Amino acid sequence: MTPKESAAAPWSRRATWIVRGLGIAAAVSLAATIWLGLWVTPPDQVQHNLVRLVYIHPPIAWVALYLAFGVAAASSVLWLWPRTRSRFWDRLAVSAVEVGIVFTALTLVTGSIWGRPTWGLWWTWDARLTSTALLLVLLLGYMAVRRVPADPDSRARRSAVVALVAAVDVPIVHFSVDWWHTLHQGATVLNANLSPTIHGSMAWTLLLGFVAFTLLFAWMLAIRYRVEVLSELLDDSELDVALHERWAEGTAPVTEPDGALAGSGRHP
Amino acid sequence: MWRDSVLVAGKDLRIELRSRVVMHQVVPVAVLVLVLFAFALGPDRAPMAHAAPGLFWVAVLFASVLAVQRSFALEAPDGARDGLRLSGLDPAGVFLGKTAAVALQMVVLEVVLTAGVVVLYGSHIRSYGAIVVAGLAGTAGLAAAGTLYGALAAGLRVRETLLPFLFLPVAAPVLLAGTRAWQAALGIDSGGAGDPWTSLLVVFAVVYLALGVVIFGPLQEAS
Repeated sequence: MTPKESAAAPWSRRATWIVRGLGIAAAVSLAATIWLGLWVTPPDQVQHNLVRLVYIHPPIAWVALYLAFGVAAASSVLWLWPRTRSRFWDRLAVSAVEVGIVFTALTLVTGSIWGRPTWGLWWTWDARLTSTALLLVLLLGYMAVRRVPADPDSRARRSAVVALVAAVDVPIVHFSVDWWHTLHQGATVLNANLSPTIHGSMAWTLLLGFVAFTLLFAWMLAIRYRVEVLSELLDDSELDVALHERWAEGTAPVTEPDGALAGSGRHP
Repeated sequence: MWRDSVLVAGKDLRIELRSRVVMHQVVPVAVLVLVLFAFALGPDRAPMAHAAPGLFWVAVLFASVLAVQRSFALEAPDGARDGLRLSGLDPAGVFLGKTAAVALQMVVLEVVLTAGVVVLYGSHIRSYGAIVVAGLAGTAGLAAAGTLYGALAAGLRVRETLLPFLFLPVAAPVLLAGTRAWQAALGIDSGGAGDPWTSLLVVFAVVYLALGVVIFGPLQEAS
């Protein structure tokens, strides 16, 4: 396979179709969530139309706080474990973190939009808000380590350690800020006895929202993984090009007849 | 592992005794931070005494960044890092040794800062035991997490800016729990006892010490 072909398809033909299918499924389920959330479901008795944010905010938070972070932490551990070490896990970790940053930021933004009318505040030092904000900073720290120029192995090692240390910190942060202050409402669907506290079409729409955003996450993860493979290929080919240019410089004859660059020794 | 850690800690502390960088630069900076807080919060003693525990831990947090940077700057010249890596010492021992050296220097710094808080902010210590336990647990946690990140950032060109960015968010629970434990120990109304916060500090310290022992080997290979 030529480099160009492998660049176009870093995975098999079947995987391309699976990713494409994921994308379509995510788009369809998102559209259905929007339709159900905005037109079909009734407004809430207390929160009126604001309640419609419930169909996107918890699913986004679920993707950011559990899926993205879980995938990043798990693949970092798998990279560090010598038996399962492969560049696949490193690429997967960085993809999960980068997609996770988007979703964590969206969690904060949608929560803020909800908080302003219901609590009267854009921001409050509530436990979940604080720990989510800290999580965002931890993820940004991971990307900062990632951006430091280094050879791929050291970079993978460093970023895996950062992800692991951050993952260990998350439960501690969670408990500490939980004791510190809490204003946020408890979990609605995934509560202790697994009986949803909302009813009918609203519960179904919320459930569909969870499915839609999970699909979206999986699709974005796959695409980001592909970008990572392509950028690695590009780095390698750029290095090759630079090397060849340098070789060409060394061997090429001086072209200017009497330019300043030409050495005086060449003109008798 | 233990013998190696004593060796490494002894080496770092001996360098500190001879160069006095932490004693003569980091400790004064931490005290200066206390004075700057006083400027920021006004000449009234009431708000300062109320905020004293938090200000103390913020000063400790910033000073610990400096102490960790110093601890790894020691090994920057003359290929000392490679020397340490090739010495055959147990990586876990190196980690514990460096952590212990940083922690010991931080304890000295905290004693000075505590005196500063009492003198400058007029705080009254109610329970010496609680202060000592919370201080030691918090210091161990900070030193362990700081040493992990210090080793990670060591050798990189961006280490001065990368270390605080990585370390401070992870250390946030120490600031939170340390402040609460001290509020209880200084008799400032915190709406609860300090004991759960002290145990949180202990958990933080144990978790990061254990993580460092496991992970320091692979980390040393990265740089």
